[in-house]
Amino acid sequence: MATIARDEVLFETLLRLGDDSLILGQRLGEWCGHAPSVEVDLSLANMGLDLIGQATHFLGRAGEAEGRGRDGDALAFHRDVLDFRNCWLVEQPNGDFAQTMARQFLFSTWQEMLFGHLEGSSDDFIASVAAKAVKEVRYHAELSAEWVIRLGDGTEESRRRMTDGLDWHWRFVPELFEMDEVAMAAAERGIGADPRAFREDYDRHIRSVLAEATLEAPKDQRPILGGRRGHHSEHLGHLIAVMQHLPRTYPDATW
Amino acid sequence: MSNDWPLWEVFVRAKGGMSHRHVGSVHAPDAEIALRHARDTYTRRMEGVSLWVVPSASIIASDPGDDAAMFDPAEDKIYRHPTFYDIPDDVKHI
Repeated sequence: MATIARDEVLFETLLRLGDDSLILGQRLGEWCGHAPSVEVDLSLANMGLDLIGQATHFLGRAGEAEGRGRDGDALAFHRDVLDFRNCWLVEQPNGDFAQTMARQFLFSTWQEMLFGHLEGSSDDFIASVAAKAVKEVRYHAELSAEWVIRLGDGTEESRRRMTDGLDWHWRFVPELFEMDEVAMAAAERGIGADPRAFREDYDRHIRSVLAEATLEAPKDQRPILGGRRGHHSEHLGHLIAVMQHLPRTYPDATW
Repeated sequence: MSNDWPLWEVFVRAKGGMSHRHVGSVHAPDAEIALRHARDTYTRRMEGVSLWVVPSASIIASDPGDDAAMFDPAEDKIYRHPTFYDIPDDVKHI
């Protein structure tokens, strides 16, 4: 069974990838039945399910890399909040539709570039999941950019809401490009990517979409860091309580 | 909100060589978002390889009141049906 030696760097790398997708997927799922129109409801649910699919791959593999008998479900549903390794951006509350789209735009733009780099990962599994998922994420990035443009360059109210949404999330962007020991080790071994390599591309793309939306980029704020080490906002605990409630109440339930 | 958005008719081409077929409609504020709503609503399960959206208002429909004049005359023109030809087995999609 233990063909893969226990490997802390690989395990942590997979957790970060999987938790980003899992938590944002769960957030998008909260929109089910509440979106502004049935078409938007489907868009949000589709994106959420794409992300949950990615999480299933990454966390399943993380369990194998860890080698302690935990599978993807155990990692998703039986870990406590301090053990989650997602970035702060994805755990932020949905707010209104503009805030949700601002978050999606900032995250998916980054995730598309990240997966583009991970297609060349020296880990075959990460490379193959990234190659498949990058097409999903490209769609998320495009769709959310379209909404940023329409709401920013829309009515007075939609513009105010999109401005507020971007303001809220802006301080969580620097974390996406943070390099700590785990990330450095993963990049050196070629299993992970160094997102600083595409920071300029990211900033340029964000600014060009904001320009099309006739919006100013928010002022830089004190960055919030630490999600990768288990420091999270109060919002994550509530999300996890909802997400884990059923599997924790009825362990091993099936349907 | 969606009540304020115009309606768009959605056509899906199931695979190369087939015609686009009408599958339903979506609300959307403009053509680009209509395409994305159509994609998210009607091609989630690999239903298509190509999409058209058309503003519903652009469709000119026949008047149900004119049905008799429009369609009844075709009823007894059996010679218009190509049923007297043998179709080779290899020909699909007729």
